[in-house]
Amino acid sequence: MNNGRRKASRAVTYLVLSLWALTTVYPFIWVIINSFRQKGLIMSDSFSLPLGEAFTWDNYITAWHRADFKNAYLNSFLISGTVTVCVVVIAGLAAYGLVRYRFRGRSLLYSLIMAGMMFPVFSTIIPVFRMEAVLGIAGTGNRWLSLLAVILPQVAGNLCFAIIILMGFIQSVPIELEESAYLDGCNVFQIYFHIIIPAAKSSFATVAIFAFLWSYNDLFTQSFFLRYPQERAITGLLNEISSQAGVNYGLMASSVVLVVIPVLVVYVCLQKHIIKGLTAGAVKG
Amino acid sequence: MNSMIYKKKLPLLIFLIPAFAFLLVFLYYPFFQNILNTFLKIGGLGRAPEGLNIPWYENYRRLLDDPYMRVAMKNTMVLILCTILFQVGIALILALLVDTIRVGAQFFRTVYFFPIVISATALGLMFNLIFLYKGGMVNQLLLSLGKLPYEVKPSGKVIVQWLDWKDQAHFLFTMFLPVMWQYVGFYFVILVTGLNNIPQDVYEAAALDGADGWKRTRYITLPLLRNVLCTCLVLAITGALKVFDLPWVMFGAGMPENMGWLTGTYMYDQTFNKMNVDYGSTIAVLIVVLGVVLSNVANRIFRPSEDI
Repeated sequence: MNNGRRKASRAVTYLVLSLWALTTVYPFIWVIINSFRQKGLIMSDSFSLPLGEAFTWDNYITAWHRADFKNAYLNSFLISGTVTVCVVVIAGLAAYGLVRYRFRGRSLLYSLIMAGMMFPVFSTIIPVFRMEAVLGIAGTGNRWLSLLAVILPQVAGNLCFAIIILMGFIQSVPIELEESAYLDGCNVFQIYFHIIIPAAKSSFATVAIFAFLWSYNDLFTQSFFLRYPQERAITGLLNEISSQAGVNYGLMASSVVLVVIPVLVVYVCLQKHIIKGLTAGAVKG
Repeated sequence: MNSMIYKKKLPLLIFLIPAFAFLLVFLYYPFFQNILNTFLKIGGLGRAPEGLNIPWYENYRRLLDDPYMRVAMKNTMVLILCTILFQVGIALILALLVDTIRVGAQFFRTVYFFPIVISATALGLMFNLIFLYKGGMVNQLLLSLGKLPYEVKPSGKVIVQWLDWKDQAHFLFTMFLPVMWQYVGFYFVILVTGLNNIPQDVYEAAALDGADGWKRTRYITLPLLRNVLCTCLVLAITGALKVFDLPWVMFGAGMPENMGWLTGTYMYDQTFNKMNVDYGSTIAVLIVVLGVVLSNVANRIFRPSEDI
């Protein structure tokens, strides 16, 4: 009974879901297609495939020559790589300590971390800038110091979210595992490295990926600390290209693709971890 | 629960000190410094304060009088409402639908998350191309559907009256649509997990009582999802207050005609372009205060009592 109706409602379900999927996928396809189109043709016809006459590599060649992508990639990977490693190591230790130890002030520290998630970068960046200027890190014109100037606040900015997510996971690791390891003569540090980290692997991966993405994509901090051309990281570079490109829409499209590709590759390879890790942590946290 | 292993507290210091040292130096201390800054007179970035403002609450008075600040507040409030209605709303609908299917669920989860992993700068540029005045994706689409007026000159040239998506009549739509679209997937994923956590036997019991389809959603699923929805609500509010990159890349400083400010973009512009560092700090404090107050209000209204 009711078989027809059920089939119809199933069809509607897939239709709605696919329509939204279209909105999340098509814009990227549109940009990629148009990054290969002769620049004059984008405005007249942007929907067809750029075949034959219309196809060109020029936009990519221009982008690569016009802006220092190589240097910006290097800066971005240095910044985001360091941020990721620091966040994972520091947040992992803190989350473990907060979950497993009972001590006075524990709930205070926990609420401090929750509050830390509330502070927007806007509210801390100016004092951080001044502090780093006094310490001789920011605004020196030295490329490596400037990178460090971005790394430090980004680590702090990612820590709270990372600790919350990791706490959710470490809580779910059965404590019996740790107890038997303890009886075998492991100390807490061995327990942390040999039991906790392998057991909570996917949440560590999630935290790492998010730290990397947020750092890589964070225009705000980058534009505050990286003022000189040789310091530009990739997101800042993209912003600069877009303000200079004027009506060269082919150049804009190819630059977007160049910036987005590394991230999309990372995401598609690791997406299983992201979704599994994020959800469990977010709902528990 | 408190096992033998964790009786000795000394290692705890090694676990906690790095994290809290970092947070103290680069998060909590700057935040309190920022509050102090709102009472000081600061000439520029990285410059030392020149003493107290006269009167010391000058920046807060200015906040109340500033017409652009009023614009920013109004736009941000609209954005918050839209975020709650559409972002969380669409995410909820999609999550409820995905929950009913088996084949392809993983695919939808993956692609819905797409916009989140990509930098807002790249997305902003992409939407700039999509909403381009002359020959953007949307305008080309409208033209091919015959929705845009055009005339053919005797020379054979076609003059089209393109629709300006960033003018005063359309800018809110053009600014908010990408922001909302970007984060639907984030709430979607959280809600889907919430749905997975609802035990199957609740549904079976409901089916015995004759609850099916919409009734089941209305009386079983939504109430059980309330906690998760509340989390989404708080995330949506604090998220909307902090929005910066996308509108900044698409609209820059308050376009069109100073009608397009948001609290985030206005704060950045005041601090960075206008060098009103102390005033910028004041706006930042306002953002945090609003975030705390509004998410508390949301919690009060929607958070179910503990026993549910």
